[in-house]
Amino acid sequence: MPGHFEPLPGGGAAVALDEVEISIIRSLAVQLLELIGPGPAENASADPLAELFAEGPSEPPSDPVLKRLFPDAYSGPGVEADTPEQAEEQRAHSAEFRRFTENDLRAGKRENALAVIRSLDALTPGGDGGAVLELTADQSEQWLRALNDLRLAIGSRLDVVDEEDTDLLYRLPDEDPRKPMVMAYLWLGGLQETLVATLMP
Amino acid sequence: MRVAPSGGSMGDVTAPAPLEIEKTESAEEVFAVPEPDVPWVTIVHNDPVNLMSYVTYVFQTYFGYSKDKATKLMMDVHHKGRAVVSSGTREEMERDVQAMHGYGLWATLQQDRK
Repeated sequence: MPGHFEPLPGGGAAVALDEVEISIIRSLAVQLLELIGPGPAENASADPLAELFAEGPSEPPSDPVLKRLFPDAYSGPGVEADTPEQAEEQRAHSAEFRRFTENDLRAGKRENALAVIRSLDALTPGGDGGAVLELTADQSEQWLRALNDLRLAIGSRLDVVDEEDTDLLYRLPDEDPRKPMVMAYLWLGGLQETLVATLMP
Repeated sequence: MRVAPSGGSMGDVTAPAPLEIEKTESAEEVFAVPEPDVPWVTIVHNDPVNLMSYVTYVFQTYFGYSKDKATKLMMDVHHKGRAVVSSGTREEMERDVQAMHGYGLWATLQQDRK
């Protein structure tokens, strides 16, 4: 069924995608890759150890999408500091965490987006440009995370900050300029929902 | 979605089996924990984008929780805005938070103030 992943016997999942759907997912995954940016080794020397020891940033990203993908680890809603000293301590801890984890997290999200692009590029489209995408269990896990990152990115761009925002998206008039992005957001949600169902232990 | 009755309470949330610790020693020296006996907790915050099924899936696969327990925690996140999903040492909680961020869940850690 189009737009729905179905489990494959023996593990993995499959979905029929048409030409436009393939191109939308690919284009969104490329945009996500560009947003996440290259790893530290890509603009450094050829020393293979350089990336291993490269420290990540200590400040949160300014872009709201990246800020959502790489949130502070030591402060959040309901975790507000009681005193300025406590706030400074939380900030310092978050910065330290970021230095040690953000490069790895970015690399993981890059890998997942790349896996999506590679599996789409490996498709052999039929006469109508559509194809059936078949994923192994490992690829399904990468797709699942990438679909979630794409939805977080689009949701952030669409300013989805509470449940009511999502309800409003369903009722946008056709002429609203956000409509195409909303359609993609909701459609990706359906893909993710059916993919997670195939993986449920 | 209906909440299935769960046998587990917040108090018996257990940390997953220890893996390799990736952090360097120096991080520990710089930020010495003032009260080493007070456990740390990983908190997952509500997010209108993440699917309920996906959040449940993450709790089951990463923490190894039963479907009932994972569903209960997911519903707590959904209705109360946040839930404690694991507890343990600060290093373990940093690892859990990093894993949650890898899945795209919004997680933080803090020392348990019960």
